[in-house]
Amino acid sequence: MSASVLLLILMGLMVAGYLIGRLRSLAMVGGARGLRRLQSLPHYYGLYTALWCGLPALLVLVLWGAFQEPVLVQLAQRTAPVEVQEAGAVQMDLYMNDVRNVLSGSVAAAQASPGVAATAERYRQLHGAARLALTVLLLCLAIGGLLWARARIDPQRRARVAVENTFQYLLLACSMLAVFITLGIFLSVVYESVQFFRAVSPLEFLFGTNWSPQTAIRADQVGSSGSFGAVPLFLGTAMITGIAMLVAVPLGLFAAIYLAEYAGAKFRAWAKPMLEVLAGIPTVVYGFFAALTMGPALRNLGATIGLDVAAESALAAGLVMGIMIIPFISSLADDMITAVPQSLRDGAYALGATRSEAIRQVVLRAALPGIVGGVLLAISRAIGETMIVVMAAGLAAKMTANPFDAVTTVTVQIVTLLTGDQEFDGPKTLAAFALGLMLFLLTLALNVLALRVVRKYREQYE
Amino acid sequence: MDLSAPKNSRTIGDVTAPNPVFRAREVNVFYDQKRAIHDVSIDIARNEVLAMIGPSGCGKSTFLRCLNRMNDTIPAARVTGLIEMDGQDIYDKRQDVVQLRARVGMVFQKPNPFPKTIYENVAYGPRIHGLAADRAALDEIVQVSLQRAGLWDEVKDRLGHPGTSLSGGQQQRLCIARAIAVNPEVILMDEPCSALDPIATARIEDLIDELRASYAICVVTHSMQQAARVSQRTAYFHLGELIEVGLTDRIFTNPRHRLTEAYITGRFG
Amino acid sequence: MSNSVQQTQARVAASLRRRYRAERRFKLYGLLAVLLGVSFVLFLFGAIIAQGAAAFRQAQVTLDIQYNEDVLGLAGERTPEALATADYAALVREALRARFPDAQGREGGRAALRLVSNSAAHELQRRVEVDPSRIGTGERLTFLAGADVDQFLKGKIDRTLPEDQRPLSDQQIAWIDALREDGALRLAFNRGFFTNGDSREPEQAGVLGALAGSMYTLLVTLVLSFPIGVAAAAYLEEFAPRNRWTDLIEVNINNLAAVPSIVFGLLGLALFLNFFGLPRSAPLVGGLVLTLLTLPTIIITSRAAIRAVPPSIREAALGMGASNLQMVTDHVLPLAMPGILTGAIIGLARALGETAPLLMIGMVAFIVDVPRGFTDPSTVLPVQVFLWADSPERAFVERTSAAIIVLLLFLLIVNATAAVLRRRFERRW
Repeated sequence: MSASVLLLILMGLMVAGYLIGRLRSLAMVGGARGLRRLQSLPHYYGLYTALWCGLPALLVLVLWGAFQEPVLVQLAQRTAPVEVQEAGAVQMDLYMNDVRNVLSGSVAAAQASPGVAATAERYRQLHGAARLALTVLLLCLAIGGLLWARARIDPQRRARVAVENTFQYLLLACSMLAVFITLGIFLSVVYESVQFFRAVSPLEFLFGTNWSPQTAIRADQVGSSGSFGAVPLFLGTAMITGIAMLVAVPLGLFAAIYLAEYAGAKFRAWAKPMLEVLAGIPTVVYGFFAALTMGPALRNLGATIGLDVAAESALAAGLVMGIMIIPFISSLADDMITAVPQSLRDGAYALGATRSEAIRQVVLRAALPGIVGGVLLAISRAIGETMIVVMAAGLAAKMTANPFDAVTTVTVQIVTLLTGDQEFDGPKTLAAFALGLMLFLLTLALNVLALRVVRKYREQYE
Repeated sequence: MDLSAPKNSRTIGDVTAPNPVFRAREVNVFYDQKRAIHDVSIDIARNEVLAMIGPSGCGKSTFLRCLNRMNDTIPAARVTGLIEMDGQDIYDKRQDVVQLRARVGMVFQKPNPFPKTIYENVAYGPRIHGLAADRAALDEIVQVSLQRAGLWDEVKDRLGHPGTSLSGGQQQRLCIARAIAVNPEVILMDEPCSALDPIATARIEDLIDELRASYAICVVTHSMQQAARVSQRTAYFHLGELIEVGLTDRIFTNPRHRLTEAYITGRFG
Repeated sequence: MSNSVQQTQARVAASLRRRYRAERRFKLYGLLAVLLGVSFVLFLFGAIIAQGAAAFRQAQVTLDIQYNEDVLGLAGERTPEALATADYAALVREALRARFPDAQGREGGRAALRLVSNSAAHELQRRVEVDPSRIGTGERLTFLAGADVDQFLKGKIDRTLPEDQRPLSDQQIAWIDALREDGALRLAFNRGFFTNGDSREPEQAGVLGALAGSMYTLLVTLVLSFPIGVAAAAYLEEFAPRNRWTDLIEVNINNLAAVPSIVFGLLGLALFLNFFGLPRSAPLVGGLVLTLLTLPTIIITSRAAIRAVPPSIREAALGMGASNLQMVTDHVLPLAMPGILTGAIIGLARALGETAPLLMIGMVAFIVDVPRGFTDPSTVLPVQVFLWADSPERAFVERTSAAIIVLLLFLLIVNATAAVLRRRFERRW
């Protein structure tokens, strides 16, 4: 039975459980007249039965679904020829790929090698057996749970408390998911990174200045290990982020100041949403714009004034990224500026300060921690931004400080290393995870710092 | 307009004063269509403390904020009538509001030191107006202002600390020092002690009495005791109208209007 | 000091000119910043609409096709194999030769055939396979023109350039002019753009596959992230004890909201594909990754909405003897629902525009078929934009812009729904 049919049957059983529990509780006190003798309303006895019927089975279904595939593959691999089993993980992956092709029908079983055909057959058998086992197990659990709960119904049982406790645990589990996601990110990235650092020393990765992972796939060549010095990537990321901040911070800040302190209600009412539209545009659109409009425009501009600007210059990507971040900074700064109490402004005006003097020396000074926090968040966002740089920045790692040159970034390399076909365990793909780890740790540190600064600022004016 | 004798004034007592800095005649303040102040006429004299009392919402703070045009910051507010400072209409188009506020200092209900150091708080006004030629002159202005505000001895060793690190009473005296530093002619005080404890209040009241020698001072207060202690003249406001003006001693011992009497005897407030 | 009141006034007056100039400059900078941002929005939309609008019309060519058995190379056979391998492109070529006698020889035939999309041959094959009796007859049919012809009609190819610098030869341009003259070649509404999947040939490429992929992916995201997000928010706001553990969850959620999306893609790749062995390029996996990505946003906005419900409502419910859970499900959640829905929609809008994490899990593959389920290989709209933007053919530029227009419209609808919901149900306490 397929998973969706099983799910439907489970739902049906739960509904049945609800009705059975409800009727049974009523029957035990002699119908609606005895309602007062029930500890909880019949509704809760119904839910109680339904939960006992459905929850254990659902839990098993989810776990089984998650682990069935890896376990089956492991088991099926045992039928592979000995030489494949001893040849290591890469060979095994290739072998299993063939098996998958046979299973999906894209390669006829007759054309495959006998070993592959046998493994495919074995997998198919195991798969069928697993299906059957799962179906039987789930039905037993559901019906067993239902019967057990039904047997436990009596008027003294505090069904409502039991049901509510269960729901509370479910809610708790949902909120724990956030922690598990973080943990999952950390563990999966760290696990792959550790494998990478077995092949490449962390020192070389962090301080090496030569990045050319492409040589790594030609295993038969001299120097096949490739070189994984990530400094050029860090520099490229820093340069593009820097350019973006040079655009976004002044523009965003001045826009926020104008909107918060000068603009009339009417102007503000249409200009503010217009700016916020910038934040809602998907980044791939910015990337398209940077690659097809901004890049060539800058190149032509450079040519007319005698500057050599690369088509994929850091400047083009940085400028467009800066534009993308303007609303991010302006709306955060706007919040911070409007949170500054009016009494401070009054204090400055009463001394005879002009508007800009009050803003520059009092309001901005008061909002500074919040604005700094916002800028930190914006930096973390620029560092992690992917699509604009993938589409508009270069691929080749270069050690350069020239913004008209093409540079590459951490995120660009992650994407290029992981898209396209290659075996999963090569140092090349693992390098992407090491870069991901750097990205995760750096942005995490920036976020923690920024949130702390912002929170402190909020407390100050509460 | 005849400044000496407001004709249709319903105010009891003599609204004029010798040697006035401010002369207000038939001032009305509107918030949109609502009239917050009705035909208020009063003089504010040099070297004298004028106390403005009255129940909440009677318009005394609104009137105070007319005198340095702080109402300009509220878009809906509109002022009519005449307010002259040394013979010049302060609502005249040619009157520069920055210049006006440099001449008329203000202290607010809640102490509002800037998020800067103690030194920078006091130096802010002189800096923006370009009052000090060099650092030494600025240092002197800061020191003199803090001394006159009676704060110097308490803070002279920590001028670099943030202004917000001071206690509430000290913060308020810092705000007074900040206002003095611009060398104004008038100081407006909007319930300067309402956020302070009795001891801090007593210090501020002493300070107000000392400052009277150099400035015209106008204090809005909720406390009749305070008005009696610090002021020479008292004005009683009720529902946006100036009901009665007179020497403080006379107002508190012999109020002429029944509303004034009711207020100072505590029948409402 | 007191003797210097006049001096002070003089100094203040002297400073005024400089200060008011600074004031005006400062204000101008602010205004410029706002206008720059706004004009960029207008410029971006203007550029994309100007580029993309052309893609909604497509060159079509009408030809008289003769289903000639010899040209097809069938020699009397009607078996499915024979029909499948017959030369249908030759039918098109012959139709063109009948129209243009100068299209002779291999070169001439090939040049003529370039005027018509190769989808014409597939179309003819389909017609013959449906009804083999067509062989020997003739009919007038309308086909997609080739991409270069399309670009030429839209003025994107300059006929004044030297022949070797443009994709169309003088002869081809002459044919095009002739076809246009008698109305056989014209621009018509581009239905295929909305009904086709991706294609290597620009004139056949459409967004339906990507749209369907986006729908499936969003459906998975919605079904998972909404209940989980609301449950988590309800727990954290209403049930969680205030302790270090809850603090940890809270800090965690705030940080997750700012983790770069590509890192979620790495998680999806390592966890869902490599560990759990779920299929690559599937909307199911895409939806799972986007669920993880949007969950923090949904939790944060839902919490804000729940917090906005005044405590008096809770006290009233508890005072009636409701349990905590009853208070939340019967009173707090229904009242907070407009805010929660708005937050969820904003989260979905973000997921809809997300590209980077989906590249990691293989949704970037070239897929022609429109997906029919949650595990079919597919792509999504923003990734389709990325793929087309990368294509060298110039005809893809306008299609990319057109796909962006579709994507932005989609986003507009989603955001407008949120705005309407918020306005409709907004409540002031």
